[in-house]
Amino acid sequence: MRDRIALVGTYMRLAVLNELQYRANFWGSLLEGFLGLAVALGSLAVIFGHTDNLAGWSAMELLALVGIYYIMSGYIQTFVQPSMERLLRDVHKGTLDFTLTKPEDAQLLVSVRAFAVWNLIYVLLGIAVVVFALARAGDAPSTGQIVAFVVTLLLGGVIVYSFWLMLATIAFWYIKIENILVIFQSMYEAGRWPVGIYPPVLRLMLTFLVPVAFAVTVPASALVGRVSGAALAGTLLAALGFFVAARLFWRRGVRAYAGASA
Amino acid sequence: MTALRSLGSLGDYYRVKLKTDLAIEMQYRGAMLIWLIGAVLEPLVFLAVWSAAAAAQGGAIDGLTSHDFAAYFIASLVVNQLTFSWVMWEFEHYIREGELAADLLRPIHPIHQDICENWAHKLLTMTVVIPAVILLSLVFEPAWHFEAWSLLAFLPALLFAFALRFLFDWTLALIAFWTTRTASANQLAQTVFLFFSGRLAPLSLFPPVLVTISFILPFRWMLAFPIELILGQLTPAQALWGMAIQLGWIAAILLLMRFVWRVAIRRFSAVGG
Repeated sequence: MRDRIALVGTYMRLAVLNELQYRANFWGSLLEGFLGLAVALGSLAVIFGHTDNLAGWSAMELLALVGIYYIMSGYIQTFVQPSMERLLRDVHKGTLDFTLTKPEDAQLLVSVRAFAVWNLIYVLLGIAVVVFALARAGDAPSTGQIVAFVVTLLLGGVIVYSFWLMLATIAFWYIKIENILVIFQSMYEAGRWPVGIYPPVLRLMLTFLVPVAFAVTVPASALVGRVSGAALAGTLLAALGFFVAARLFWRRGVRAYAGASA
Repeated sequence: MTALRSLGSLGDYYRVKLKTDLAIEMQYRGAMLIWLIGAVLEPLVFLAVWSAAAAAQGGAIDGLTSHDFAAYFIASLVVNQLTFSWVMWEFEHYIREGELAADLLRPIHPIHQDICENWAHKLLTMTVVIPAVILLSLVFEPAWHFEAWSLLAFLPALLFAFALRFLFDWTLALIAFWTTRTASANQLAQTVFLFFSGRLAPLSLFPPVLVTISFILPFRWMLAFPIELILGQLTPAQALWGMAIQLGWIAAILLLMRFVWRVAIRRFSAVGG
């Protein structure tokens, strides 16, 4: 286990060093982060100019949800997406052979290879927004709420990772799947709002087909103290289910991989 | 006479180019469907948000019920789909890969091929957008208040909106001659567009200052104006005024584009081709 942690550390250090060559990307990420935030704040301002709640959420609660959406997007764009895109490229070119022949778990290796460090700015921005929203809302969340929030956020992270890995694994059978990632991205955008506002079919899709509900709405509900024990248990089960399913699917995928050199 | 002949040959060019582009687009049917999910989902999200807001306020906001919002955002989906372009996202690649250098040798302005590609894409995507609109209409029961004259006036307004937005995007794309960070510029333009075009919400719901600004900026005339026209919210005088403003903007941006293009080409140098 200690070896594995050291291994992940080394990979990440390499990835950071690699990314530090492209410092201009920092400004791009920063600008895009602020623009996205401007859109979110502006739309909240326009909507709450006409109503005092949206499906039971107050303006500051929704702002906290926006912050959580940012934290989750930052996590995806820093850790998950770059590695998965690298995996797709490797499958496409046949260079995944070099990873599969290493004496370490291949799923672990493909999951930590790329690390777009500049996108961590979204995580920081998201945390700032959450803190601001909570401060403006007045009463601070209880310890229980904070614990539930952190736990559901971590579980949401596991679910999103597993989901991306499953998507990327499809590439072992169908080489060109970049477009599937586009679907995920456009559906993920819907997570800027609590899934409760959507019509039932869309809500189901956003919960199980593209698990935005677990990634954003559930942690936000936990933070504002509106999550039931059943929802918490459901999130835990979903995280386990997604993770195991991704693992099994990955194994099958690797078996189906033909390689380029073989 | 030569002007007439060159117009005729331009017509020939469009006919052939449109046909090839359609054939090319057909090859990417799957990708096209996937992109459309995003195009349909965005107005759907805004519709859900405003419907939830209307529900929280006892059914209507400023007299707009969820059925009015449905009509607005379904119209927005169609107008946005018909007027949008992607040239500004591709121009950087187009310059860097040397494709532009080859196109400059042709006796025809490169904007024409972009128009053809755009139209081919629109023609093909309409086969999916129309069923999507019918489906959304069945689910959300939009409140349409069509009038014969405004339906008729909608067509030129839509055409002008396309021309205006396309010229704007094409001029924006020319930034690629000066910088390689075009993504940030595009993102910025897209953000301003989202607010002032009426894509986020009917502009009448915005605070008065922003509404005034929206009348001064070109973006309302690219999207909100045709939408309001087809929804029957404008008087004939307002419709005529709107089209006059659209034409004014088209002329202004066309002049700007020609100027920027000339300066850009002068500083452009390419190797090989």
